[in-house]
Amino acid sequence: MSRSIKKGPFIEKSLYKKVVEMSKAGEKRMIKTYSRCSTIIPEMVGMTLSVHNGKSWVPVYVTENLVGHKLGEFSPTRIFRGHAGSDKKAAKR
Amino acid sequence: MARIAGIDLPNKHVEIALTYIYGIGRTSARKICDAVKIDPNRNINDLSNDEVNELRKLIENDYKVEGRLRSEIALNIKRLMDIGCYRGLRHRRGLPVRGQRTRTNARTRKGKKKTVANKKKV
Repeated sequence: MSRSIKKGPFIEKSLYKKVVEMSKAGEKRMIKTYSRCSTIIPEMVGMTLSVHNGKSWVPVYVTENLVGHKLGEFSPTRIFRGHAGSDKKAAKR
Repeated sequence: MARIAGIDLPNKHVEIALTYIYGIGRTSARKICDAVKIDPNRNINDLSNDEVNELRKLIENDYKVEGRLRSEIALNIKRLMDIGCYRGLRHRRGLPVRGQRTRTNARTRKGKKKTVANKKKV
């Protein structure tokens, strides 16, 4: 079931504050965040956010198409390096 | 035989025959019958030309079916792949998108089993 509209999109308060401040100031800095579950809001368009994937920060450049998705969707937490013995396939990529 | 949205409808009850069109299931078929005031239990071949035309008009105007629906779905998937989100990545790899397990099953997405030879014991 989707989230109630009354509540509006979820976004971590501290992150929201930072985003609003930065969009007001108009400066370009990376915001590092652990909040993968925060929704991408229109104010973020044009910014680059560093989203933690459990190990490192993945830079996510926010475009208009990403609005409404969650930050975590763009910072994969698993890397699939192929199965043992299928090196041939892996080499092709 | 009635031809709607590029599909030849079989001679069955209207409610059933309409579901032969891609994008129309039992529910929307029933709604369409209600809207044009045709008994859903009548056979397609018993309909007059006017009634078929009315059906055609309604479906063309109010419903997204066949080619247009297919292209819309393909476009939605392409969007996901282009923005590089998790769902898009799963589509690219041909794996289940909605968090199902892949250790076993998931054969619909992964296709037929590809058996890998066992590692030899040392």
